[in-house]
Amino acid sequence: MSAPPATPKPPAPPALAVGHLDAWYGAAQILRGVTFTVGQGEVVALMGRNGAGKSTTMKAVMGLLPRRRGAVRVYGRAVSGLKPFEIARLGVGYTPEDRRIFSDLTVLENLDAGRQKPRRFADGTPAPTWTREDLFKLFPNLAELRHRLGGRMSGGEQQMLTVARTLMGNPLVLLLDEPSEGVAPVIVEAMADTILELKNRGLSILLSEQNVGFAEIVSDRAYLLEKGQIRWAGTMAELTENADVQRSYLTL
Amino acid sequence: MTFEGLAFQALDGLASASSLFFVAAGLSLIFGVTRIVNLAHGSLYMLGTYIAVTLVTAMGGAGDAFGFWSGVLAAALIAGVIGAAIEVVLLRRIYVAPELFQLLATFALMLIVNDATLWLWGPEDLLGPRAPGLSGAIEILGREMPSYDAFLIVVAPAVLGLLYVVFARTRFGALVRAATQDREMLGALGVNQALLFTAVFALGSVLAGLGGALQVAREPANLGMDLSVITDAFVVVVVGGMGSIVGSYVAALLIAEVKALCIGIGVVGFAGFAVNFSKLTLVAEFLVMAIVLIARPHGLFGRAQVAVRGAAEAEAEMEAPIRPASRALALFGLAVFGALLLLPFSARAFPYALVLGVDVLIAVLFAASLHFIMGPGGMASFGHAAYFGLGAYGAALLVKWFAAPMGLALAAAPVAAALGALLFGWFSVRLSGVYLAMLTLAFAQIVWSIVFQWQEVTGGSNGVLGIWPSAPFDRLAAYYLLTLLVVAVGVWLLRRILFAPFGYAMRAGRDSPLRAEAIGIDVKRVHWLAFALAGTVCGVAGGIFAFAKGSISPETISIGRSIDGLVMVLLGGVGTLSGPLVGASVFAVLQDFVMQETEYWHALLGGIILVLVLAFPSGLVGAFLRLTRRRRFL
Repeated sequence: MSAPPATPKPPAPPALAVGHLDAWYGAAQILRGVTFTVGQGEVVALMGRNGAGKSTTMKAVMGLLPRRRGAVRVYGRAVSGLKPFEIARLGVGYTPEDRRIFSDLTVLENLDAGRQKPRRFADGTPAPTWTREDLFKLFPNLAELRHRLGGRMSGGEQQMLTVARTLMGNPLVLLLDEPSEGVAPVIVEAMADTILELKNRGLSILLSEQNVGFAEIVSDRAYLLEKGQIRWAGTMAELTENADVQRSYLTL
Repeated sequence: MTFEGLAFQALDGLASASSLFFVAAGLSLIFGVTRIVNLAHGSLYMLGTYIAVTLVTAMGGAGDAFGFWSGVLAAALIAGVIGAAIEVVLLRRIYVAPELFQLLATFALMLIVNDATLWLWGPEDLLGPRAPGLSGAIEILGREMPSYDAFLIVVAPAVLGLLYVVFARTRFGALVRAATQDREMLGALGVNQALLFTAVFALGSVLAGLGGALQVAREPANLGMDLSVITDAFVVVVVGGMGSIVGSYVAALLIAEVKALCIGIGVVGFAGFAVNFSKLTLVAEFLVMAIVLIARPHGLFGRAQVAVRGAAEAEAEMEAPIRPASRALALFGLAVFGALLLLPFSARAFPYALVLGVDVLIAVLFAASLHFIMGPGGMASFGHAAYFGLGAYGAALLVKWFAAPMGLALAAAPVAAALGALLFGWFSVRLSGVYLAMLTLAFAQIVWSIVFQWQEVTGGSNGVLGIWPSAPFDRLAAYYLLTLLVVAVGVWLLRRILFAPFGYAMRAGRDSPLRAEAIGIDVKRVHWLAFALAGTVCGVAGGIFAFAKGSISPETISIGRSIDGLVMVLLGGVGTLSGPLVGASVFAVLQDFVMQETEYWHALLGGIILVLVLAFPSGLVGAFLRLTRRRRFL
């Protein structure tokens, strides 16, 4: 037998690929065929008004909605049927929009709760790992609050803690649900710097956001959601130039 | 009594507090994380003692220190393994089920373990060897205290300290505390919740097993340990505050001390009366619990219960509201009533039918009155037998002391029950959930112990004898028809009230107290009256019961009867109105027929309950409705 003809090497699968995702809250269908990808090292903004389905998409990807249908792949590996902890252990980190800090635990204990093993990227190179001290460098405010109970922190401090707690799991893919919502402008700036830093270190990030100004600073591409469906997709530059699209799907 | 004497009693109390603390700490820990109230926890304690007796005896008994202590530790670890197995095989399937169902399932488990123990070790009490090196006594305050008791006094704070270190200083402890608050988020952070739950369950079971195993040198292993210790441990956990381990320790000390001091004080002359404090021991813990819960509704160290995030909130299906009977159902009800009216004609062919019929009808009224507050009222009473007993004793004592005619005695039954329910209900409706359940249980135990100990009036454990119906009801058929009529009216009345404005207000108060108050409903008052009404109707059932049996004993007020009521309601389905009627009938028939056939009827009953809970989580009637509804759509 002769050797098979050389086929071109297939392109590496994206960090996160979501196809035809449907999801329900009870009997109400919230997502209808949501499809998007996040490439390796990319920051992608998932945008839309309140109730468009941004948070639901993230929860569905994370396996937190019992009733869901569709394909979710992390570096080509199907995760749709897995439990949330199994998805997290494949390197998907999730920070919820309401932060969900353990209020009875100290900052250090909250960080410890998120700790996971170091892992590697799909190509075998080691992914960035985080210790508590690394994270205190990334978020200097937290360093002074190590022994503070989670329930006794300001909204901005909690926002930093929830991101830090997720990073303790050494994720490859990060789902950030509205990190700029309801925090002081100085925290918003710090958040933007952090996202760019994480991108530099090779993380792939899906960011849900209502604010074009913030998304513009950190994102490469954007998808616009309305009533649980993707209505527009393009680069961030295309979105900032397109006032019509912004008016239709974003501004109030 | 001298001061030294009292101090010595206090030390003795410290020793009894130890085992209680181990069991209560495990119970509290398991509840904090899984939100399951594990009635089978006392069974693990009992198993701990039995296994320790076997192991310690096999490993050299009192002569071998290494054998003794390794036997005790091994017994605790085996209890942990059994606990983990229970969690994996059974509890994991019912975390999403309603709270009361979990209670029912763990109660079934308790019955099964009890019979398994009977089968494995036999009915005799088993005495273990004394602890090597600790079999003597030390002299304290001029008296001899067993060295083993002194050891127990030290070991409880040591274990408390160890638990504190585990929960405050380790990652496992942090994860456990996080899980009491938001399991779902913990899962999203990569923590395997199922494994964590199993670990917590195993740890709690080890504590229960250790508590039991340490008793090996102190009291004989017996089959009554599971129920008595779980009742005590519940009281401790509720007094200390659910989920608080320090609270468990403080409450265990408090209760053991109050009991010990009651014995120590003995008979005291007080304003011309002789008060025997040692008689208070049976009820002391329940008095303490009632006082604590009235003053601090969440226990000494407890906090208001918040919903655990990720505890199946998304999966919970809205229960369909109850509706007035359709024409078909009303006709069916009338048909059943008609058929029951004709039952006396079958008496020749089935002489037992009427006896069974009276039993079933009494059970139906008992269950229907419990369901009234439990389902539409949302108040699960664990002491409903109190009102049954008050009714039964109210009627019986009137006959015994005043030779009252049957009519008057039967009329007095609901009055006695109503007075009790008004008093106890006033306190109970101020609490909710598990705390309410425990307070109602405490009140029932108080009534029980008064009846049990007030020998001169109530006849104590002998009860009241010779309560027979007068003519024409001395004929079974006539008494059956009287019972049928009273029960039918009672059931109809409860049902009618649910569809009156009062019933709507009660359901509104259950579903959202805040919104109900906002539209002008005095929720506490409505629930209080509903509680009293349910107690009154239950008292009627008690009165009928007294005359049907001819004699009554404190058993009519026992915890067992209260639990029977819960089983009947849940068996039929708490979400429907016909559920308790069906559940009570099935339960009473099962109890009368099937259960008498075997020595292991507890296990059989437990097995049936487990199958029902796993197969029909909404009860028999709920399952039937689901089936028919599905068919209608097809």
